Amino acid sequence: MSHNTILVFEVTILVLAIFLGVEVISKVPTLLHTPLMSGTNAIHGIVIVGAMIVLGLPDKSAFTWIVGFAAVILASANVVGGFVVTDRMLEMFRKREPAKRADASQDGKGTS
Amino acid sequence: MSYNLSNLLYLITIVTFILALHYLSSPAHARRGNQIGAAGMIVAVVVTWIKIGTTSWWAIAIGMLIGGGFGAFAARRVKMTAMPQMVALFNGVGGGAASLIALAELHRILPEPGAPKVDISLAIVLSALIGSISFAGSMVAFAKLQELIKGRPITYAGQQFVNGALIVGAVAAGLALVAGVQDEWLLWALTAAALLFGVLFVLPIGGADMPVVISLLNAFTGLAVAAGGFELENNVLIVAGMLVGASGTLLTLMMSRAMNRSIANVLFGAFGQVSAQAAAVAAGDAGGSVRSASAEDVAVMLAYAHKVVFVPGYGLAVAQAQHDVRQLADLLEAKGVEVSYAIHPVAGRMPGHMNVLLAEANVPYPQLKEMDEANPEFPRTDVALVVGANDVVNPDARNNQSSPIYGMPILNVDSSQAVVVLKRSMNPGFAGIENPLFYNPKTVMLFGDAKASIDKLIQDVKAL
Repeated sequence: MSHNTILVFEVTILVLAIFLGVEVISKVPTLLHTPLMSGTNAIHGIVIVGAMIVLGLPDKSAFTWIVGFAAVILASANVVGGFVVTDRMLEMFRKREPAKRADASQDGKGTS
Repeated sequence: MSYNLSNLLYLITIVTFILALHYLSSPAHARRGNQIGAAGMIVAVVVTWIKIGTTSWWAIAIGMLIGGGFGAFAARRVKMTAMPQMVALFNGVGGGAASLIALAELHRILPEPGAPKVDISLAIVLSALIGSISFAGSMVAFAKLQELIKGRPITYAGQQFVNGALIVGAVAAGLALVAGVQDEWLLWALTAAALLFGVLFVLPIGGADMPVVISLLNAFTGLAVAAGGFELENNVLIVAGMLVGASGTLLTLMMSRAMNRSIANVLFGAFGQVSAQAAAVAAGDAGGSVRSASAEDVAVMLAYAHKVVFVPGYGLAVAQAQHDVRQLADLLEAKGVEVSYAIHPVAGRMPGHMNVLLAEANVPYPQLKEMDEANPEFPRTDVALVVGANDVVNPDARNNQSSPIYGMPILNVDSSQAVVVLKRSMNPGFAGIENPLFYNPKTVMLFGDAKASIDKLIQDVKAL
């Protein structure tokens, strides 16, 4: 495939992704905006793929070595940290039994 | 692995990311969505690994262990209250990675006979520029929220000029590269200018506006990653990056709308710079004195009320008092008091932050009232108990045109019969704005750490 064919294809999916991004999050309630920010933060951790490609280049110079290695470190922190933080936030929203009336039990502190 | 096969497998990743965002529309399956997204990420990493083969596999593994180990450790250890700065930190490193990729790519393709393709060099320039701004800006946002540097806006003369000059310089270097000048130093200069711009651009923004900034920088990182996809001709980077770029931009707009301010005002308004005029007006109103009460008095007020509304703010989060508040609420309910929680959309430091914390304390959802639902209830409320909230209950937002938060929708606690404010001291809030609510004759102040005060209230209500 020629470079231009690939470019046109790439621009097409780029534009579709814009509409998809807007569409898919316009339904997210305010309640979940913090996890949403954190979740999208984890998703751009996909930059790890780019970092791996750079560090995985054959016959690379010392410069590429250092830069690629640093990029892999940063990107993996983004991926792992992003997903773990989001998971911890969403863990708080798990389903729970309906609130007990306070006079039925005096357990006080929630467990989490 | 062939180009087509790897792209087909990357499509799985793309679908999981879209599902992850889609599932965030309801708390019931949001967590599963995030796990699906994480699984998709693993697919992308494995596919990429197979694609590159064995070249430097051990370096990639070591890099992943270091970065992933740090990420997992920091994310596990952080308290729920410190989530916003963690998001900023992880966002920043993502932007940093995108700009490093740009540096490496330019280094690889130069010198190119003739000139590098315009779209490739444009993508390199964009991801270096946006990625570096996102990296530096996020680090400053992190430092501000972590209180490593002052949360108040930092301004100096000629600030706009310096920022403008940096951006013009960076763009000029970028244009030269796109026009075919084959000099790596141009990209280094561009990166340095963008880093400096990122720092200077976020420094003057007050801590209260940081969530909007983090959301914007999050969108920036997404765009930088999408540009990286063009450099490497990689679909998954383009789609995932652009998804984040688009959704992050929309989220930023939604957040600034919740504060009734424009993005431009948030970014360039140096919010929290209380104008001399506003300070004068506030001082005039503040003629009254502040009444402080003992925990016993407040306990009596609460126990004999028909309806009590809790108004939680960042102070509650800092003091980790969410469990204690829940316990107090249970105790009051046992005495027949009707209890609910009024949640301002920007209470805490991020939208929805308060909901996360109260959910952690197992507060039943039906008791959580959004602003529109809570405001009509205040006139029927006997006691509004403000726990560490300040700006979101500041009547200046309604009445004082010269106040920096004028126009922001607030919780009208001052329309309830009595207001009790739990506060550490008379220091102005995070945004540094005077609050006339404290001088309202209906208001009593209960000074002290929110958790200690609530615990004291629990003791006293039990003793009644």
